[in-house]
Amino acid sequence: MNILACIKHVPDTETRVKVAPGGGALDLGEANWVINPYDEFAVEAALQLKEKKGDGTVTVLTVGNDEAVKSLRQALAMGADKGVLCSDPAFDGSDAKGIARILAEAIKKNPFDVVFFGKHGVGDDNQQVGSLVAALLNIPAVTVVTAIDYGEAGFVKCNREVEGGVEVVKAPLPCAITCQKGLNEPRYPSLKGIMAAKKKEVSTLKAADLGIDPSQVGKAGAAFEIKGYELPPPRPDGRVLSGEIDAQVKELVHLLHEEAKVI
Amino acid sequence: MKTLVFVEQRDGKAKKASLEALSAGRAICDATSGTLAAVVLGQGVSVLTEVAGKYGAETVYLGDDAIFASYSTDAYGLGVGKAAQVFGADVLIFAATAMGKDLAPRVATRLEIGLLSDVTAYKAENGTVTYKRPVYSGKAYVSAAPASGKPYAVTLRPNVFAAAENPKAAQAVKLENAVVASDVKAVVENLLVSKEGLLDVAEADIIVSGGRGMKGPENYKILEELAKPLGGAVGASRAAVDAGWIGHEHQVGQTGKVVSPTLYIACGISGAIQHLAGMSTSKVIVAINKDPEAPIFKVATYGIVGDLFDVVPKMTEAVKALKAQG
Ligand SMILES: Cc1cc2nc3c(=O)[nH]c(=O)nc-3n(C[C@H](O)[C@H](O)[C@H](O)COP(=O)(O)OP(=O)(O)OC[C@H]3O[C@@H](n4cnc5c(N)ncnc54)[C@H](O)[C@@H]3O)c2cc1C
Ligand SMILES: Nc1ncnc2c1ncn2[C@@H]1O[C@H](COP(=O)(O)O)[C@@H](O)[C@H]1O
Repeated sequence: MNILACIKHVPDTETRVKVAPGGGALDLGEANWVINPYDEFAVEAALQLKEKKGDGTVTVLTVGNDEAVKSLRQALAMGADKGVLCSDPAFDGSDAKGIARILAEAIKKNPFDVVFFGKHGVGDDNQQVGSLVAALLNIPAVTVVTAIDYGEAGFVKCNREVEGGVEVVKAPLPCAITCQKGLNEPRYPSLKGIMAAKKKEVSTLKAADLGIDPSQVGKAGAAFEIKGYELPPPRPDGRVLSGEIDAQVKELVHLLHEEAKVI
Repeated sequence: MKTLVFVEQRDGKAKKASLEALSAGRAICDATSGTLAAVVLGQGVSVLTEVAGKYGAETVYLGDDAIFASYSTDAYGLGVGKAAQVFGADVLIFAATAMGKDLAPRVATRLEIGLLSDVTAYKAENGTVTYKRPVYSGKAYVSAAPASGKPYAVTLRPNVFAAAENPKAAQAVKLENAVVASDVKAVVENLLVSKEGLLDVAEADIIVSGGRGMKGPENYKILEELAKPLGGAVGASRAAVDAGWIGHEHQVGQTGKVVSPTLYIACGISGAIQHLAGMSTSKVIVAINKDPEAPIFKVATYGIVGDLFDVVPKMTEAVKALKAQG
């Protein structure tokens, strides 16, 4: 089986965000960059599938700069076999559509059975790339998946989260799956895994290797033009109540009803 | 601008988030001298033509067919894509619900257009529209405008825009032969509805949320008892979810659901940055925490420093008394 997982290198969720002078960019300070938390579920799902089948190759792909190799190595340390870095100055500033385009071309190069994504890349918060790649490859995408059953050959049966319930979706292979928390518990790399990862193959693909016209990706190919960034308005000052708890509760319910008018 | 709104329905009832999307679409059309159409897919859903008209649609593309009886990305993707082509849509609007988020990228790729997710504000000026959306789970916002002249799609975050009636006499246009059975590769076999009567946090106007301070799964009962008379849903911090006290579908935060209800009541939640990212756009926030230094008080509209096991049941009684007065 050829199993793929697409991972994104992102600032960790502790990151405090500021707007850079001029408002045209964000200042992430000394952010610590890590593998996107949802993509750890994707890598874990890929590894579990390989273990279940008893054979196969897990390839992890990323679109990013040289720094993103750190996340590829993390996935390799967890147990993935090969890494692919898609990197080219022409890719800088790609939006979700551009990233998807690049990934789709990279994925197309070899036959595959399942490609795993995170349901969501923290930071840009697009929640699109997995579905976009699947659409470009003309394969089904099952999104926001919390359980996968490989019982029937040639198919997957997935639970996907929807409002107030779970949809059970059956899709033929090859397909894309976007992973949601709850699907699995990502393993920690072992010391042995970390050592082994250093020797595993990471190849680099440039725009020309992927047959990508630079005008279709990067800033040039973006469908939307970024006008600027801002911080959310500060919340108005709140009020901490005082007195006996009974009186506080009474006052709170009164305030919610009369002042805030929300109950 | 010709604007097309996908109207999501379950059991023949339009989702509130779709009515919000129709209203936003109507406003965008009014500001840009555009026309508004809706697309409705399902079986036995022709009544929704009138509903879409009530919220401002002039034309309704109606795919009333067994193939649309339950949702599938493939069939719905083709149905919406066809409506967009027939109408000649410049702008496509979806609600950023589970279905909208699944469907919009498929349609956007089919039409080879860009998609902006989870929009929370827009401004129409001189015929162009600028959209605002949160990044880093709302730690910042980005404004973006469509690259000139090209059609595009957006999803709108639920519970942010008002659903306002603006009645039009909507004309129904039947969508025929948009999909054949062999187009549908992935099928929904089943819909498992979670515990009866429990509202999803993503859809709730009021959320009562509990964190590590709840001390154990059995205590979520007291939050349910408060949520019930309020007509709200029960949420949780990741600490509580990771402890296995409550399902992850209840998790609020950067790696859970991002919510903006009118009222968020945080009980025994400290207010970590990842939790705040998921709820700090709530209209009113109540914090109940025994630690006066807890960061949650910095975002709270009203706070009570106290033991939640004392405060919450008393609050339930007070709310019940209030509701009883009518
Ligand atoms: C990658 C990543 C992603 C994350 N994503 C999320 C996310 O999506 N959502 C999320 O919530 N967290 C997330 N976190 C975790 C986050 O950092 C915090 O650990 C978590 O939010 C803490 O949950 P808590 O407030 O319930 O627990 P604690 O921080 O332990 O706080 C418990 C609070 O309860 C109070 N308390 C205790 N007993 C009582 C009582 N009897 N009455 C009143 N108050 C009481 C205490 O004073 C304390 O303030 C993430 C972390 C990481 C690393
Ligand atoms: N630059 C990237 N490289 C590889 N995979 C990516 C990249 N960006 C997004 N993805 C994948 O797409 C998922 C959804 O990302 P997004 O649509 O950006 O929220 C992520 O969880 C990754 O699996």
